[in-house]
Amino acid sequence: MPAISRRLVLAGAASTTGLLSAPAIVRAQQVKELNFYYPVTVSAPMATIIAEYCEQYAKETGVTVKPTYAGNYQDTLTKAVTAIRGGNGPQFSIMLTADIHTLQALDVIVPFDEIGLDKTAKDWLASFWPAFMYNTHIGGKTWSMPFQRSVMVMFYNKAAFTKAGLDPDHYPTDWKSQALAAQKLTNRQGSAPMWGIQLPADISNGHWTFGALCGSNNFNLMNDSGTKVFYDAPKAVETLEYWVSLSKTYNATPPGVSAWPTLVPGFLRGDAAIIVTSTGNLANITANATFPFDIALPAGNPHPGSVVGGGSLYIFKHASHGERQAALRFAQWLTAPDRAADWSRRTGYVCVTQPAFDTPTMKAYIEKNPVAARPKDFLPAAHGELSTFQDARVQTILENHIAAALSGNETPAAALKAAQAEAEGILRRYQHV
Amino acid sequence: MATAGAERHPGAWLLVLPAALFIFAFTNVPLLATLVSSLYASPVAGHGGGFVGLDNYRDLLTDPGFRTSLLNNLIYAAVTVPASVVLALLMALGVNAAIPGRATLRLSFFLPTMLPMIAVGAIWLFFYTPQYGLVDRFTRLVGIGDINWLGDTATALPAMMAVAIWKQSGFFMIFYLAALQNVPPVLREAASLEGVSHLYFFRRVTLPLLGPTTLFVTVTAAINAFCVVDHVVEMTQGGPDNASSLLLYYVYQAGFRDWDLDTAAAATVVLALILGIVAALTFALFGRRVHYR
Repeated sequence: MPAISRRLVLAGAASTTGLLSAPAIVRAQQVKELNFYYPVTVSAPMATIIAEYCEQYAKETGVTVKPTYAGNYQDTLTKAVTAIRGGNGPQFSIMLTADIHTLQALDVIVPFDEIGLDKTAKDWLASFWPAFMYNTHIGGKTWSMPFQRSVMVMFYNKAAFTKAGLDPDHYPTDWKSQALAAQKLTNRQGSAPMWGIQLPADISNGHWTFGALCGSNNFNLMNDSGTKVFYDAPKAVETLEYWVSLSKTYNATPPGVSAWPTLVPGFLRGDAAIIVTSTGNLANITANATFPFDIALPAGNPHPGSVVGGGSLYIFKHASHGERQAALRFAQWLTAPDRAADWSRRTGYVCVTQPAFDTPTMKAYIEKNPVAARPKDFLPAAHGELSTFQDARVQTILENHIAAALSGNETPAAALKAAQAEAEGILRRYQHV
Repeated sequence: MATAGAERHPGAWLLVLPAALFIFAFTNVPLLATLVSSLYASPVAGHGGGFVGLDNYRDLLTDPGFRTSLLNNLIYAAVTVPASVVLALLMALGVNAAIPGRATLRLSFFLPTMLPMIAVGAIWLFFYTPQYGLVDRFTRLVGIGDINWLGDTATALPAMMAVAIWKQSGFFMIFYLAALQNVPPVLREAASLEGVSHLYFFRRVTLPLLGPTTLFVTVTAAINAFCVVDHVVEMTQGGPDNASSLLLYYVYQAGFRDWDLDTAAAATVVLALILGIVAALTFALFGRRVHYR
């Protein structure tokens, strides 16, 4: 199926369309090699899986796609932008979905609509879960394709729930009962001490946890255009007060900042009964947990809610027309139902479309691991990730002040007020753009 | 004087030329370029830009992130430099004596030096992990309980300083050890004949003879304190609440995370200035007391 550029079709008269677009097709077919960067942020053999896909794609189409591991999300963005500015960058990359405004301001990405979308491609873009299309639109155009997508969830140890006299089949649904459950689960005595709940608050993760908690308070931290944040809104303050109370009032979580990478090993060892982390850890925890566990939406105020996250595929502006189209074809191939289902099974990321969930292999897998079906049901209650211009900076400001509040150096209200003032100072210059 | 020298040895300048060219191209030119760009603002989304004088520096001084990083770095240097040097000297004196297992001790003191800083960061990240980390196991044994070393604003910087001292002391020890081996044994013998105490001999003979080594080691430690931030990148990313952010890490973040090249340039100039002052001070303070042979 040759993808004929929509612009070319529009430009040419009906009779000359064939003639005009012929060179474009030839050029597109001549693209024999593509380079892309990808991050690894969950404990799954991503490098092996991606290499396998690329090999398979080369066999099927004759197009060589070279993957380059580039670190975490922040590293990947830095490396890609540096390489592009050096005139030698990849044609596309998997990067943080929430970095859309940052990437747009850096003027390095191209919207998919400008590459030329035929009917198949449009249907394809419409097939993703709506929650995964948050943070992918600007100005009515689509700038990225959901790939390794996730939801923040509570992983909880059902054995610990039973031991503490809690119902292991029903995770608490409101803030108060969640805090009380965590308090009950906490045991600091004896040879195997356990914390009731642990939430990551370290740099580049803290804002996501806070986003999930704000989601559970039915509150968005930013506007859609990424030019404003609402860090010091009463609902945000209320949310941070709740987070701080888990350690200060309920003594159910360690004081200070817990780091993301320590949470899953700790959960598997039985150091914490509930952890807040990405569904991206599902495959790892399923494979290594020695006790029954389940996942649930963060309890809410009053209804449970969360935040989506993870990475999407962006196509870079500097790529030639043919390369952009080749990248788009690879993207479509990458999210075809069978492959999306395979990716989900082996990594723990959520199947990005309903057809992927409906494949026979995924159905058989869910039969064996019912937990794998849950994230889909969480999506309607999930909010978009904190996404603004100068994303990393605006997030870090929030994380710094959350850390100050968790360490007891600032009150939640004062911390968020200071964060708001700092963030506004940075975002002000984007508000007239 | 230089002109006279050049007239006498025109060949000498030719010999120095390749090295001088490289220093000029890769050190002086970038530094000057940084200085110039720190006086300009880049346009934001097509607005503003142009020469702004010292505005970037004024913004820097009002940025709490920069102020904290600067203060952290000064504390970090003030602690890690003397601590590493004194520890290195003590270790060198220890393993210089004829004691059993000397080779093993020397090796174990030197081992951290052979590891790349990024590996050191990974190891210590595990040491500091609350609950199942090595340090917490110890503190629990003696009944202090859980300390969230890297997750608390009060302990994050001291924890990073411990890593730096652990990493570099062994390296400095090797220099002291080499210098100690060069202290002529006749001095020791003469001192024993005079009936001089060990402490007096150390203070009046050994220490002055170690002067050049101390100078070198101090300068190296001071430079490390401002130029090595691998462990910050790996262990805390400057957090929590900037508690462990150092100047170079601030520069990296401004430049490569925020793409705020004006701020990064201004901060780089400040960093270069501090390094210049450190070098000048060290040579001025120690210079007169160092006896080169």
